[in-house]
Amino acid sequence: MHEYSIVQSLVDSVAGVVAENGGGTVHHVSIEIGELSGVDTDLLQTAYDTFREGTLCERAPLTIKRTPARWECRKCAASIARGAILRCPVCDSPARMVSGDEIMLRRVELEVA
Amino acid sequence: MCQDCGCGDPEIVPVEVQHKILEKNDRTAQHNRDHFVGDAILCVNLMGSPGAGKTAVLEATARAAGNPRKFAALPGDLATDNDAERLRAAGIRSRGITTGQACHLDAELVHRAVHHFDLADVEYLFVENVGNLVCPAVYDVGQSANVVALSVTEGEDKPLKYPTMFQNADLVLITKVDLLPFLPHVRLSAIRDSLARVMPDPRVIAMSAFSGVGIDEWLRWLDQRRTRILTDRALVGVHHG
Repeated sequence: MHEYSIVQSLVDSVAGVVAENGGGTVHHVSIEIGELSGVDTDLLQTAYDTFREGTLCERAPLTIKRTPARWECRKCAASIARGAILRCPVCDSPARMVSGDEIMLRRVELEVA
Repeated sequence: MCQDCGCGDPEIVPVEVQHKILEKNDRTAQHNRDHFVGDAILCVNLMGSPGAGKTAVLEATARAAGNPRKFAALPGDLATDNDAERLRAAGIRSRGITTGQACHLDAELVHRAVHHFDLADVEYLFVENVGNLVCPAVYDVGQSANVVALSVTEGEDKPLKYPTMFQNADLVLITKVDLLPFLPHVRLSAIRDSLARVMPDPRVIAMSAFSGVGIDEWLRWLDQRRTRILTDRALVGVHHG
């Protein structure tokens, strides 16, 4: 259960964005979590709602965009289905992950007086 | 203040960013990696379930290599120094990291442990991660290679159940193969098939720390990976004091 430590890192990242933008109250936070990133989005939401208290994210709801995993051939870009052997059926090259491993902060809405 | 109508409401300013949430960990990990590579050390992040045989693999590695002085290990566990003691008994310089309740090692924990650890003459540093098939896969600790130990007793479909652990592995050690005669329902071919569905280019060594099967192939793999970082280091001209 590493979602609590992810929340700690998320709050630190948001603090960095606030500082870079000259301050303000955090109003909303949006992140992107890939399906194969190793982060459980339900647990992360619970951890965030528990641990945002007393931090600069206290009044900011969290929106999590979950990105599905996609694989394609690294040579000919043919799409390779989840659960299939991760080699291209056309040219036999190994697949590469196109999306699905993201653990990204995407948007912070700041309330500026 | 709202500039448009003078209503006095605060203004909401959206800031679009592309920040990795684990950026701070990744920076510390890169710092660790620069030190290891600069000192010509191959750092291996050795992961796997509790009881997969990670410590036994390292003991067998020391026995087979002849000179255990070139190995060092940072075994991570929630509690006890047992693995560090076992590895020291095998001749491997070892410093345990006890995490308390944390389910994985991160770059900062490794950084702090290395600060109090003599790595002179070490060629291979094994970060023996906390036994867990989920969390350790998320955190870069500064390794140059990810290795997962998967024992034959864990079942043929373990990689399908825990894909994230395997998708970034450079090598999977299928351990305890000496037990296969007692496991009529476990087929190595089925384990390899599961791995091929979660790893794009799976490298696998079937081994037994007990019988010694596969240990020589594992030593050759380690040697090749270290040669690769030495070559890369020479190409970019990295020198460390």
